[in-house]
Amino acid sequence: MTTMTTQTTQTTTPVLEARNVTMRFGGLTAVRSVDFTVNAGEIVGLIGPNGAGKTTFFNCLTGLYVPTEGTVSYKGTVLPPKPHLVTQAGIARTFQNIRLFANMTVLENVLVGRHTRTKEGLWSALLRGPGFKKAEKASEERSMELLEFIGLAHKRDHLARNLPYGEQRKLEIARALASEPGLLLLDEPTAGMNPQETRATEELVFAIRDKGIAVLLIEHDMRFVFNLSDRVAVLVQGEKLVEGTSEVVQADERVIAAYLGEPFEGEPGAAEAAEVEAAEAQSTISKGEDR
Amino acid sequence: MTETKNTSPSAGDAPTAETRGLLPLPLAAARALLLAGGIATAASTFLAWTWTSAFPGDLTVTGYPGGLQWLTFTAGILTTLFALASYGIRGLGWLIPARNNAPLFLTALGGFGVTWYTVLAISVDLGGLANLEPGGFIAAIASLLPVIGALSLPEKATGDTKEHLKAYITKAEQIPAPQDLAPWIERAVITVVTIIGLGVFTYGIDTEYGELFIGYLIVVVFSVWALHTAGLLDRFSRLVARHRSFTLAMGFAAAIAFPFTQTDDHYANIGVNILIFGTVALGLNIVVGLAGLLDLGYVAFLGVGAYTAALVSGSEFSTFSGVHFPFWAAALTGAAASLVFGILIGAPTLRLRGDYLAIVTLGFGEIFRIAVNNMDGDSGPDITNGPNGIPSIPDLKLFGFNLGESHDIAGFTLGRFANYYLLMVLIMAIVVLVYTRAADSRIGRSWIAIREDETAATAMGINGFRVKLIAFALGAALAGLAGTVSAHVTYSVVPTPYQFAGSTPPNSAFLLAAVVLGGMGTVAGPILGAALLYLLPEKLVFLQDKSLLAFGIALILLMRFRPEGIIANRRRQLEFHETGQLDVPQTTTLTDDSATVTKAGA
Ligand SMILES: Nc1ncnc2c1ncn2[C@@H]1O[C@H](COP(=O)(O)OP(=O)(O)OP(=O)(O)O)[C@@H](O)[C@H]1O
Ligand SMILES: [Mg+2]
Repeated sequence: MTTMTTQTTQTTTPVLEARNVTMRFGGLTAVRSVDFTVNAGEIVGLIGPNGAGKTTFFNCLTGLYVPTEGTVSYKGTVLPPKPHLVTQAGIARTFQNIRLFANMTVLENVLVGRHTRTKEGLWSALLRGPGFKKAEKASEERSMELLEFIGLAHKRDHLARNLPYGEQRKLEIARALASEPGLLLLDEPTAGMNPQETRATEELVFAIRDKGIAVLLIEHDMRFVFNLSDRVAVLVQGEKLVEGTSEVVQADERVIAAYLGEPFEGEPGAAEAAEVEAAEAQSTISKGEDR
Repeated sequence: MTETKNTSPSAGDAPTAETRGLLPLPLAAARALLLAGGIATAASTFLAWTWTSAFPGDLTVTGYPGGLQWLTFTAGILTTLFALASYGIRGLGWLIPARNNAPLFLTALGGFGVTWYTVLAISVDLGGLANLEPGGFIAAIASLLPVIGALSLPEKATGDTKEHLKAYITKAEQIPAPQDLAPWIERAVITVVTIIGLGVFTYGIDTEYGELFIGYLIVVVFSVWALHTAGLLDRFSRLVARHRSFTLAMGFAAAIAFPFTQTDDHYANIGVNILIFGTVALGLNIVVGLAGLLDLGYVAFLGVGAYTAALVSGSEFSTFSGVHFPFWAAALTGAAASLVFGILIGAPTLRLRGDYLAIVTLGFGEIFRIAVNNMDGDSGPDITNGPNGIPSIPDLKLFGFNLGESHDIAGFTLGRFANYYLLMVLIMAIVVLVYTRAADSRIGRSWIAIREDETAATAMGINGFRVKLIAFALGAALAGLAGTVSAHVTYSVVPTPYQFAGSTPPNSAFLLAAVVLGGMGTVAGPILGAALLYLLPEKLVFLQDKSLLAFGIALILLMRFRPEGIIANRRRQLEFHETGQLDVPQTTTLTDDSATVTKAGA
């Protein structure tokens, strides 16, 4: 629908490489041997039915979960499964259920995002030397730039909790961008938005990509994903089913089947049981807490 | 009749169909009753209320007020002032900027409460109403009038009496913005408020008997509540926000002035204990209020500091009796020892979340006390002298100035406790500085982030364990610092005060209560909470074993009606700061935003 047919200039330097990532919760394998690559300058979509393991996969990438098997590397170096080290390395994320610091102001939320890019410790805070003041000022300026970019500068002193829903999602993105990431992971950035807001988010994601930040996004809004993404991967039952350009994925009947719940040939796993589970997951997981 | 009220021009509230008084009196009569009642209440204190001076405070004199009558007098004057303000008298309008009824009702209630409390206390103490002089009855009736008057003022009635009554005690929804004042006037206002505050506070500390303290609490609580509903506290806190360092300076000036207002060193002793307690509470506020770590054994760090100072300050009963550090060295050693303990306790436990941490710290607190109790050479190494503790800690000498002796300064005599009080003011100033600077920095923000949402905070690159450990260690060190002074003030250290819960502060439960009651995450809150929690058991000794019960009830009431604590955090205030922004139509926000984004993306 939108005019943005994304140019497929594949700069093939991988930013993110997930190898054989598996995540098991007891008997449940939420993510099964997923290999995944995001290249510099790319927008990649990750879709799949509810409970497919998309958020779990994100958590494995960002160190919130320690994958049962497999490794995640960022620009060639393997990441330790510690969230703060992952962010330090250059991967930032947002959450499916917005997780802002509700009782901090909009500006403070973004300032927290700058944590890894600033150094001032307790001593410099107590002594308040010129270095401290300079660093604080620089941090604030940088954060205000981001708020302007995202369109929330006029609300800098409002509490995050008091923002309307759509603005909270944006603020979460600004906070993630504050850590100066090379890769941004967005977990359902348009969930709960109206079409107008979704459009705005689309522009925002392009603008972020134009800053040279690769984007990996989970989304249920198909039009949104296919508009945006250079590549789309489909996760079903924890396994990567298809990966390719929007056209390829849209045309793939296995994907249609996975969403509609029709059996098809060459489907991975035990067909019937999986379907039932997926349907169940759909009703329960969609309301469940995400990490 | 309702018609008259609604059309009354000075009624203030936008006239809606269903505004009416809870009691059916015409508006004019209600106002008159308020004013007359206020004056009558104040005047009645010049009469004798009882015939014998057996009731403390001597209320037998006709001609001038005494004891509890002063409190009634004050409440009566306040009611009168608010009543005059409601008439729109020039120069008093600022008292009720929102023109709401709640301040009138609450001040009236304060006067009523303290008068009736006094009259009943006389009757109960002396055995029967016969002990009341006519003046007592007059006062009781006079103080009832403003309450009736206030309840007759028109308020929004929804049919439900309870809801209707609630309207009389809730804060005005919209308080008109104050006109801008010149900065020097704002400073003058802050100065005046500080002086009044010092006066009120000093009066509370100096109350000589429990009845007077209870009366004092009644008047203060209702007056402050009235000021709050009038929106004056909000206005003041806005002033404070604009002149933060000036207010801080005034606060410390007032704190320093306190011992000069005292003639009895006993009250300076209460003052120094409040300061020690308050300083430790402020340290705990870093751990609980900022970083959100529930520490139930915090008093142990005060103990570590106190014991360390006792050991190295030249007491002949100390294991290291030869060692006599100067104060600065002893203070640093005490703080350092607490810091080390903080890290030792924190390192293994701070990986736990929530309840687990609380339980482990609770355990540590008890282990400290029991260990100190046992290290007497019999059941453990001989370090702390067991239950006997370390007595005869010598008084401090600073710059040739012996803190143990009385000194005359500019005509004022400062006793031993006053000296220590001033030292503690200095220590507290340091702690306040550390607190405010740490809170407003990268590390402070990461504490708050951890408190708000630990998972999101770590995903933003914060090393949760590390920053929590820093908060824990810093809090411990500050408590240790306060402990070093407390060891000198009390001459000796013994294990018993350092327990989880007890009937007198400081103990971990009281410290936590001081932080929560006063207002988590604020500077003034824990200090105020500490003052209150120290004074309550101190002044209510006449309740004896029932004092803890009364105390518990007071805590429950406070938490029920003001869960954010007495002094609300700026963040909590911000919750009400934006006027109905949630109601902003989605579309307007959106068009704004998409425009910005397009521009950014282009
Ligand atoms: N911490 C956990 N412990 C146990 N099971 C979990 C945990 N987290 C996720 N799961 C399970 O893993 C599966 C995948 O969940 P996940 O949240 O990753 O799905 P999703 O693809 O993000 O779904 P949605 O589209 O609804 O967000 C679900 O069956 C879920 O119950
Ligand atoms: Mg999900």
